[in-house]
Amino acid sequence: MSATPSYPPASRKIMNVVMLSLTGLCTLLVLSVLFTILGYLLWKGVHALNLNFFINLPAPVGESGGGVANAIVGTLKLLGMATLIGVPIGLLGGIYLSEFAGGWSAFAVRYTTDLLNGVPSVVMGIFVYTLVVLPMHHFSTLAGGIALGIMMIPIALRSTEDFLRAVPRSLREGGLALGASKSETIFTIVIPAAIYGILTGVMLDIARVAGETAPLLFTAFGNQFNSPGWMQPTASLPVVIYNYAISPYDEWHQQAWAAGFVLLSGLLVVSILARMILARGKKMSHG
Amino acid sequence: MTTLMKPFDLTQLSKAHEVRFAGRESGEEQLPWPQFTVADLNFFYGQQQALKDINLIVPNKRVTAFIGPSGCGKTTLLRTFNRMNETIPGTRVEGSILLGDKDLFSFPATTLRRVVGMVFQKPTPFPKSIFDNVAYGLRLDPKVRRSEIADKVEQSLRRAALWDEVKDNLHQSANGISGGQQQRLCIARALAVDPEVLLLDEPCSALDPISTAKIEDLLFEIKNSCTIIIVTHNMLQAARVADYVGFFLAGELIELNRAKQIFQNPEKKQTQDYITGRFG
Amino acid sequence: MVNAGVALPGVPAEPQGLNKKQTWMERLRKGDEVVHLITMAGAWSIIVITLLLVQHLWVYSRIARHTFGWHFLLTSTWDPVSGQFGAWPFVYGTVVTSLLALCIAIPVGLGTAIFLAEMAPRSISNPLTFMVELLAAVPSVIYGLVGIFLMIPALSAVMPYFQKVFGWLPIFSGTFYGVSYFTAAVVLAVMVIPFIVSISREVLLAVPMSQREAMMALGATKWDVTWRAVVPYARQGIMGSIFLALARALGETMAVTMVIGNVAQVSTSLMAPGYTIAAVIANEFTEATGDLYLHALIELGLVLFAVTMIINALARLLMLTMKPHEVTA
Repeated sequence: MSATPSYPPASRKIMNVVMLSLTGLCTLLVLSVLFTILGYLLWKGVHALNLNFFINLPAPVGESGGGVANAIVGTLKLLGMATLIGVPIGLLGGIYLSEFAGGWSAFAVRYTTDLLNGVPSVVMGIFVYTLVVLPMHHFSTLAGGIALGIMMIPIALRSTEDFLRAVPRSLREGGLALGASKSETIFTIVIPAAIYGILTGVMLDIARVAGETAPLLFTAFGNQFNSPGWMQPTASLPVVIYNYAISPYDEWHQQAWAAGFVLLSGLLVVSILARMILARGKKMSHG
Repeated sequence: MTTLMKPFDLTQLSKAHEVRFAGRESGEEQLPWPQFTVADLNFFYGQQQALKDINLIVPNKRVTAFIGPSGCGKTTLLRTFNRMNETIPGTRVEGSILLGDKDLFSFPATTLRRVVGMVFQKPTPFPKSIFDNVAYGLRLDPKVRRSEIADKVEQSLRRAALWDEVKDNLHQSANGISGGQQQRLCIARALAVDPEVLLLDEPCSALDPISTAKIEDLLFEIKNSCTIIIVTHNMLQAARVADYVGFFLAGELIELNRAKQIFQNPEKKQTQDYITGRFG
Repeated sequence: MVNAGVALPGVPAEPQGLNKKQTWMERLRKGDEVVHLITMAGAWSIIVITLLLVQHLWVYSRIARHTFGWHFLLTSTWDPVSGQFGAWPFVYGTVVTSLLALCIAIPVGLGTAIFLAEMAPRSISNPLTFMVELLAAVPSVIYGLVGIFLMIPALSAVMPYFQKVFGWLPIFSGTFYGVSYFTAAVVLAVMVIPFIVSISREVLLAVPMSQREAMMALGATKWDVTWRAVVPYARQGIMGSIFLALARALGETMAVTMVIGNVAQVSTSLMAPGYTIAAVIANEFTEATGDLYLHALIELGLVLFAVTMIINALARLLMLTMKPHEVTA
């Protein structure tokens, strides 16, 4: 009998070390990509950030001092409209699935919501083009808002449903036992109990559609100038980034970086805020 | 959750009953007006029958305790009195229950539940402030004026023996107080709408002895204005608080009588066996 | 059996206040039904929207469908001027870039997931996972931006050396101008890796300890346990994550169109520029003159929709045995 155990055999031990290192390497690779993107964006973007960038309209090529003010305003308007369309439907649907629905109706709604979620964003752009832009004969902020709004529905619905379901049954019974009707318990007990989670879901949802470009190409289209009201085409950050990036002009490349930086920072801030709100909500409901 | 049954000496129990009720027993010959009259009640969870041919009367303004081993149907019966079982799909009720002289099922469930309140086994404070918890039932009624609410909240908290402990923290979250306090909060919440009946489903099983004692004390106070039905696993508790005791076994009512009678001289052998701990 | 022992009373007690509140409460009960209807309407509007979407895609592609039939997908000539629309270059490009992206993303993603689930201690694994998931939050257009200005120069610098060794292979032949199937595939791989990592990690973590312990008791190494016990047990969820990644890669638009070159050709070499379905729609949609052109592009959209729908359905079928709510793609 040997002094040291010969099992497992050396080949397997070597294989073990090799494969484990490889997995670590993969992780390192993935993380380095993340940091490269963030770092590069930060480095190149920060240079072009100045006051003009935020408050000016785009300047013709060759002139300095241009900005993306109209794109920032445009993105905010589009997101506002998208929230107005997507959140109520998602909220109502989430309440329906969690509190009322059963059987085939629930299945149909869930399946369709998942289906809608999987629609490529460019196809959504086509749909809203044929639905809104063609009848109106022009691009508009309205159309862009509708496109982004529809894209917001599935995640708003799923997050609402999940957080409503997480509210314990005992709270609903407590409300019913006091003489509240089912809808009263839903609106005065269940939804307030789940509100932090729902809010978080909505914020992350907004962050997700804020970066969508393809659907806007055929709906809001773009605009060199300000876009008053809702019926005209409008610039937006993602589309501006795209147009400037593929242009041949260096100044515009600079602005693309800066706009990308602004967009990504905004998204990260919203994501982190959302998680903070969720954590605070959890703390409050557990004393 | 199985409760270990201590074998009880019947004299132990009737002594506990006498200590509490000393001098206060009316020695009544006549049963008080019935709050609930139950006739030929059968209850089903889907295919499974949980209550068989229940016939009983719950007397007015008294404490009636339902006792029996786990799964005997006492909680199911309790929950039919405020029709909470209707919230579970697939349940079926046969037979009749009268509240006073009216059919229990003729009222809208929401109306009924303001008259018949309930406190659950686990304290379930809403994730709101203490004040808002107690005021919740009051605010459901649009006719109640805002000025009345603060008074009513204080009154209910006093009745539940919680006012002194929370009066400085009314607007803090209800999740911040202890389990015993939360249960008293739930009782205050239920009392705030002035129910005629209060149903309690093992209200002290999750609490420490001191909180339990506080709640038993307050039950004694509020039964003057409120019929109380309490489901309990704890024989001594039943002896301490109940005027009338109903013993259930496997979905049937075995015996319902004055507490003194049950503890001194139960008529059915099954009752005696259960109380003295020979099974359970 | 009531054991009253005494006479029943003649006059029963009348509960106070019940009649007064009845009308108000009855209104509330109707409120329940109203709320039920409103929430149902909200939920069902989603079904309406989706049906409308399918209907619009179908109706607004009819000219192209009637003109070309199935040959649409197999013909190679895409010439708007002469009215010839053959979508094969785009189908080819979509398939090639997506499959190549998966070839890169699956090993790297699975390796990362294994590391995060099996190797790293929880205190490291959770923050690292959070960071990987941050990659999923980066918009496509920003991937494109980094692709154009960072990846293409980097690849262009490296490619000559690579082609010295492998350039004789048809798939690696030809001059590399930066924009190519290969570049697009790399960018796509980076974009779908977070989905594979996130979902695979969850399913790996969900594998019960008993599976690992059985193997460990036989003297297996950590890698043995992982590769032979844990991963096979989790394979349905992992496959599901791969399908989801595929669906996303197929539909990806902006990052691809910024680095693939947008040339409607079919090329065996990965170094050549190409085109994908999503990219051609994005580029040519607003320039499309004439109904046939537009309908041809919309037909492409219909094809893309149908394909991603099928793949997503397959993914969901696979994930049904796993925790359903983990599917957050």
